[in-house]
Amino acid sequence: MTETTHGKEPADIPTALAAPKSRRSVQLVWLIPLLAALIGGWLAVKSILDKGPVITISFKTAEGLEAGKTKLKYKDVEIGEVSSVTLSEDRSKVIATADLNKDAKSLLVSDTTFWVVRPRISGGSISGLGTLLSGAYIGVDVGKSKSTKPQLAYTGLEVPPVFSTDAPGREFVLHSPDLGSLDTGSPVFFRRLQVGQITAYALDKDGAGVTLKVFVNAPYDKYVTPNTRFWHASGIDMSLTANGISVQTQSMVSIIVGGLAFETPVASIGMEEAKPNTGFNLADTRSEAMKHPDGIADTRMVVFNESVRGLLPGAPVDFLGIDIGEVVSINTQFDPVSKKFSIPVEVRIYPERIGSRRLKGAKPIARDPKANYDTLVAHGLRAQLRTGNLLTGQLYVALDFFPDAPKAKIDWDKDPPEMPTIKGSLTDLREAATSIINKLNKINYEAIGSELQQTLQGSNDVVKKIDKMQFEAIGSDLQQTLQSTNKLMQRLDAELVPETKGMMEDARRALVSAEKLLASDSPLQTDATAMMNEIARAAQSLRILSDYLEQHPEALIKGKKEDGK
Amino acid sequence: MTRASAASLGLLTCHSCGLLSRVAAHGHDLHCPRCDAPLHLRKPNSISRTWALLIAAMICYIPANVLPMMITGSLFGTESDTIMSGVVYFWTSGEWYLALVIFTASILVPMLKMIALTLLLVTTQLRSRWQLEQRARLYRLVEIVGRWSMLDIYVVALMVALVQLKGLATILPGPGAVAFGAVVVLTMFAAMAFDPRLIWDPVEEDAKK
Repeated sequence: MTETTHGKEPADIPTALAAPKSRRSVQLVWLIPLLAALIGGWLAVKSILDKGPVITISFKTAEGLEAGKTKLKYKDVEIGEVSSVTLSEDRSKVIATADLNKDAKSLLVSDTTFWVVRPRISGGSISGLGTLLSGAYIGVDVGKSKSTKPQLAYTGLEVPPVFSTDAPGREFVLHSPDLGSLDTGSPVFFRRLQVGQITAYALDKDGAGVTLKVFVNAPYDKYVTPNTRFWHASGIDMSLTANGISVQTQSMVSIIVGGLAFETPVASIGMEEAKPNTGFNLADTRSEAMKHPDGIADTRMVVFNESVRGLLPGAPVDFLGIDIGEVVSINTQFDPVSKKFSIPVEVRIYPERIGSRRLKGAKPIARDPKANYDTLVAHGLRAQLRTGNLLTGQLYVALDFFPDAPKAKIDWDKDPPEMPTIKGSLTDLREAATSIINKLNKINYEAIGSELQQTLQGSNDVVKKIDKMQFEAIGSDLQQTLQSTNKLMQRLDAELVPETKGMMEDARRALVSAEKLLASDSPLQTDATAMMNEIARAAQSLRILSDYLEQHPEALIKGKKEDGK
Repeated sequence: MTRASAASLGLLTCHSCGLLSRVAAHGHDLHCPRCDAPLHLRKPNSISRTWALLIAAMICYIPANVLPMMITGSLFGTESDTIMSGVVYFWTSGEWYLALVIFTASILVPMLKMIALTLLLVTTQLRSRWQLEQRARLYRLVEIVGRWSMLDIYVVALMVALVQLKGLATILPGPGAVAFGAVVVLTMFAAMAFDPRLIWDPVEEDAKK
């Protein structure tokens, strides 16, 4: 320490105090990186341990899928995230790779389903509205398979399942000729309660109809029995009956989006429940559904030789006013021999619709369709086209008895058997009118006209001739005749009247004298009265005498007895 | 001519009261004779302490970048962003200046700070005489810049406090924020623990020879 270099030495620098030595071999500060390393390590280990299975799901489109953002949710609980979205090798599909949580492993059974949840409006329900803002996510529904081996590749559904597999209830199969306005998710009603929905539909393989699957939630599924009827409850079912207009609907929802309804006929309530996946027919309306099922159907052909305009497939076949069947199809056929067209109409008849009530003592009708039909046709059963609606001109096929109809038989050789027909009432009328018109047409109006003209001309000539005759000469002759008649009358008056007067006076005088003679105080009258009195007295005496003689006939011999005896 | 340091003269300054004192002949754990504050020629265990804090900061730097910094929950779903995804988001959405700010403040600066500290530590331990003045300047820079790295944490803290509209939008700090905060704090402590006088000590030794 040199003073030259450092200048002035500080005068008084105290010595620092020294504490006893207490050296720590380990510095506490190293705990900090240790702690950081521990925490970091733990986080790293945890993230590795938490890493669940990685699965791939294939979809048709990646719409709404975003790597790193799209989540997988089961019952709205996040179970994973899409890590990448790539095209498949053949570019036909999109493969989404998803990292699942560790505890999602148990969800991966063979029939677990995946679908993309997007906003959807169908079947009266709006779903996935939240995804409008948040973006789509992949919904997961765990299958029922018990396999423990996790599957790692899945095919995603394009349409989300309507109900989750663990929902209680049963699924049934419906057959319908068409889908109507139904869709997946369309409601199923039971007594106007929504009890389920349509889960799927598919066209039949032959294209002849549609098969629908409906899911009925528990506890309503127990009301579905083997005899339950299903019908389209879409829209409004309006019918005009004798009671007025009746409107049948299920709910506002079904009016707008359609739906199904089912009901069990009262007679079969309490039957055992239908097994899952039981098949049912889907009717168009409730009334149709609730009709007695038509067990046996006889297909018959009726051939008409007249226009069938107004007859449509589905038109009723009517038997004495009872709807016993329907028209199936309408065709045309050409007979090369007669060069005529005719219309074969195929009809389906449900013989069971003709009631089974029979008169007392009658034997049940044997189920022998051939014989029954033959008997009926022999009694005059014929098919006839009739007008069902005069306004629209709709026709129906009527089966009725025409005992006067020419004899005919069912042609059993044809397939389907051909029933005899008779011309329609309207056709008859039309034909009669036509023949009248034809006759009218045949009249030679020209000849009539010319004759009429001739006649008129003749009469005209007569009139003219009359006109030409000398009416003045006739008139003067007639006057002369009248004058002479007048003179005759005057002469008669002058000569005949005075004589008549004298004759009349004579007659009066004779009458006066006759009156005098017959007067009450005339002598003739008095005399006559006196004479009549005398005659009366004489008659009295004569009667007394006869009475006496009757009592005393002996007096005639002995004479009259004395009173005193 | 040599320049003497306090240490070379055997003198100590008390950081509390400024009293100059001599180094006791024996010993350690010196105390100020006036105010009894602990006295030392150089910060005790400066190198190892700095190393410890720096290593801790480096460890924390990994989760700070990997784990989400901020979890944004809104009607549109929840989104968790790491620092880097935020930068990428801003960059792709056209706000490149914002992206640059975040990238600089949150990724570049802490990283450079750690590199600088490592450099300082290694050269000091090797008693290197290389670029003494630049190294001293670097240290000062590290110290000044340190506090600005807290920018991210401030942003997250502000957002979390402000955006709490239940249902509509909520912002929550992610685990990355904690790690990032740890990185910033640890590097600051590391910078504090480092004694820049150690940079110059080799020069002193040269002078003694």
